[in-house]
Amino acid sequence: MKRKISLIINGKPRTDEVEPRLLLIHYLREIVGHTGPHIGCETSICGACTVTVNGNAIKSCTMFAVQAEGKQIVTIEGLAANGNLHPMQEAFWNEHGLQCGFCTPGMIIACRQLLERNPNPTDEEIRHGLEGNLCRCTGYQHIVNAVKAAARATSIGSAA
Amino acid sequence: MATPTITKTDKLVGKRIRRREDPRFITGTATYVDDIQMPGMQHACIVRSPYAAARIKGINTKPALETPGVMAVFTGVDVKDVGPVPCGASLPGLRVPHHYILAQDRVYFVGHPVAVVVASDRYIARDAADRVEVDWDPLPAVADPEKALEPGAPAVHPEWPDNTAFTFHQDGGDVAKAFAEADVVVKQRITSQRLIPTAMETRGVVADWRSGDKALTIYSSTQVPHLMRTLVAQMLGHPENRVRVSTPAVGGGFGSKLNVYAEEALMGFIAMKIDKPVKWIESRRENFLCTIHGRGHVDYLELAAKKDGTILGLKLKLIQDLGAYHQLLTPAIPTLSVLMMPGVYKFANISADVIGVFTNCVPTDAYRGAGRPEATHAIERMVDILALELNMDPTEIRLKNFVGPDEFPYATATGLSYDSGDYAKPLHKALEIVDYKKLLASQQEARSQGRLMGIGISTYGEICAMGPSPATPAGGWESATVQIDPSGKVTIMTGISIHGQGEETTFAQIAADELGVDIDDILVLHGDTAIVQYGIGTFGSRGTAIGGTALYFALQELKTKIKKFGAMLLKSDDISFANGECVDNKTGKTVSFAKIAGASYRALKLPPDTDPGLVATHFWEPPNFTFPFGAHIVITEIDRETGAVEIKRYVAVDDCGKIINPLIVDGQVHGGVAQGLGQALYEHGVYDETGQLVSGELMDYAIPKASMMPWIESSHTETPSPVNPLGVKGVGEAGTIGCSPAVVNSVVNALKPFGVRHIDMPLTSEKIWKIIHEGAQA
Repeated sequence: MKRKISLIINGKPRTDEVEPRLLLIHYLREIVGHTGPHIGCETSICGACTVTVNGNAIKSCTMFAVQAEGKQIVTIEGLAANGNLHPMQEAFWNEHGLQCGFCTPGMIIACRQLLERNPNPTDEEIRHGLEGNLCRCTGYQHIVNAVKAAARATSIGSAA
Repeated sequence: MATPTITKTDKLVGKRIRRREDPRFITGTATYVDDIQMPGMQHACIVRSPYAAARIKGINTKPALETPGVMAVFTGVDVKDVGPVPCGASLPGLRVPHHYILAQDRVYFVGHPVAVVVASDRYIARDAADRVEVDWDPLPAVADPEKALEPGAPAVHPEWPDNTAFTFHQDGGDVAKAFAEADVVVKQRITSQRLIPTAMETRGVVADWRSGDKALTIYSSTQVPHLMRTLVAQMLGHPENRVRVSTPAVGGGFGSKLNVYAEEALMGFIAMKIDKPVKWIESRRENFLCTIHGRGHVDYLELAAKKDGTILGLKLKLIQDLGAYHQLLTPAIPTLSVLMMPGVYKFANISADVIGVFTNCVPTDAYRGAGRPEATHAIERMVDILALELNMDPTEIRLKNFVGPDEFPYATATGLSYDSGDYAKPLHKALEIVDYKKLLASQQEARSQGRLMGIGISTYGEICAMGPSPATPAGGWESATVQIDPSGKVTIMTGISIHGQGEETTFAQIAADELGVDIDDILVLHGDTAIVQYGIGTFGSRGTAIGGTALYFALQELKTKIKKFGAMLLKSDDISFANGECVDNKTGKTVSFAKIAGASYRALKLPPDTDPGLVATHFWEPPNFTFPFGAHIVITEIDRETGAVEIKRYVAVDDCGKIINPLIVDGQVHGGVAQGLGQALYEHGVYDETGQLVSGELMDYAIPKASMMPWIESSHTETPSPVNPLGVKGVGEAGTIGCSPAVVNSVVNALKPFGVRHIDMPLTSEKIWKIIHEGAQA
């Protein structure tokens, strides 16, 4: 029995009929067509599926699409604005914060949330803040550098 | 590090420039296998064995078939004529079990595929898979390779009751004489535990069959698209020129996707049967159970030396846990370990016996380092044990035994020819970085305060650029095509299959320098057999050393042709080509790259003996492997109360030959170290005695998180390889190889007050706590 959901994805309102058991990640990837968030484990450990729901980073592999009714969702596809990369995307690029790129969309969303909560994190705070997102390629060092670079860029941006 | 401004005359090789492939990944627009959707596409879900060993008495597929939305269910009987999952490695007397793509009447490991359900939707396929009823007759299983060798152990394959797939012996020099002349012999059993590669993207396959063309396309998350095309075509008995393999973005491989698995042929088989596209995406649970594992060594080692620390010889008995089948390279991995056992030391005598053992577990195969981390761990631990025995400093004993910088090419006891090296150089650099003398003093002070501080060193040598064809199962060359369009834009098609290593950038750097064109005018394509000439793929740290060299030679051929067109257009016989234009050396007149390209295709006039167009393809056969090396120093402190190991400093000095892009090289080192550290401290693929995988999920298998990684102080020395004109060696696996012995040496050193000589990995807090509090010896 399908149910109707209405929600806002990357700023655009949308209504769909979905099975109650459809996971949010499958809804985003297969119905909406946002394949940026990935599925790495389906058990909310790896964080490749991270998106924000009403401003909070969540693992979309362990949330049903129907639970997103009325919510605002932001995926990796919603970060760049007017053709300009988000400072976190730019920082990941400049600092070589990715290799295979599979964890990257979720990682960038998680890092963006981290800076929203703590605009000037220490290395230790960054590493602790990213415990919900696994990367098997980078050893995290360049990701830590990217978060610090984005923090600098953002503080310069907000001071200007 | 922001990208410096680039002008056409800047040399790009050696520059720290950001990757050109990144925009698609950071915007979420890269296409991975699971992102592919096709009209009418069906979804497959595989029914797998819950038992490590069992007979299949019957399978009832009817309830699954009756599920609305289910199109088909296939079992072993349907696919018995499909060729076996291939093993590319061969050894004398190797026993090769027939590896059907779906089990026939018996299963051999937990996760063994027995049936596949095909449905219109992935949820329906998953539901219906639970409705396939298998009548099991469980059998005794064996999961431990040493237990599998005991008399009376359950036979993994009933036809071979001794569970021995092969034995392999290698001798070098005169080991009996070396041991007879020795003042001291140290012995140790050292394990290198089973590891689970855990690429963040699991495996996945989409198969698309066009019956009108008899054309099968396999989209697969793989490191070896061309080998897969050849082997899947063979398995399915379909002409290879009507099979295309395409790798979209690949979310990590680390060796686990250097393989041809049952599912690639199975999806091809299904697509051809149902005449529709079909997708299978591996769950994480399946990835742990069914994708190859790495390592799985038990080594019995004896090292003979003189009193002054001169190493004379090594004896090794290596028990390799193979799992239930041979995957593509399974039996070859331990033999590679044997080759690298001498490490960076010049002893000439070695005797090695390898026993390859079947167990009721998923096969082991190449995982980051593939045989070299096991060898390096063993020799670097043994050298430390010898130093302890002789009361020598671990640096002193290493410096005493290094192959000298003037001894290259150096013929090793195992028959390799090390290309170039200066092993003391990175060690001295690392010692300088940590200020070794001061460090030893502060360790004395720490010990006097009762603190458990450790200093661990590894000086590794490894083997890269796999490899000369006679030494590899499938050809070890690599290919490149460079195509210059009529407009002067450059497209490179490389036979390697890039999945994070950054060659879309480094190859563009090489080509930009050689052709003198803007790097933005260069595109690097890979991973699609319909686009790229035959290639071997990406593994064994071969991409740049072999693929980059093939590119280099293709570029030289093109440059020769460009100069011919330049000479014709400038009507001169004294031409040079630099900075993207041909120059008449007499008059100084120039003609641009784009103009030459246009003229070569327009072909109104052609230079003598010259064909139209600007395309060159080069297949390059390497004359030798390359041999990178380095020194890692790890400083640890152990918490007496918890047994937790804290890494205070991690210093890595790696020599991977000439560096093309330092930013990418650092990334490779960091990632390599993370996987070495995972093995040293956290990761263990554990099977219980019934063959159930206990560490079967990310919840139970501890790959490092950001908070578990130390800051890595990475630096380099650069000793060019004489094997290729680029001077590069390879860096993909070095971090992993150098890491684990440095960490374990450090922890053993920290526990010296407890008389500890060796601890097997992973060095969990529990294991360390027991040593401190119960005097347990690992």
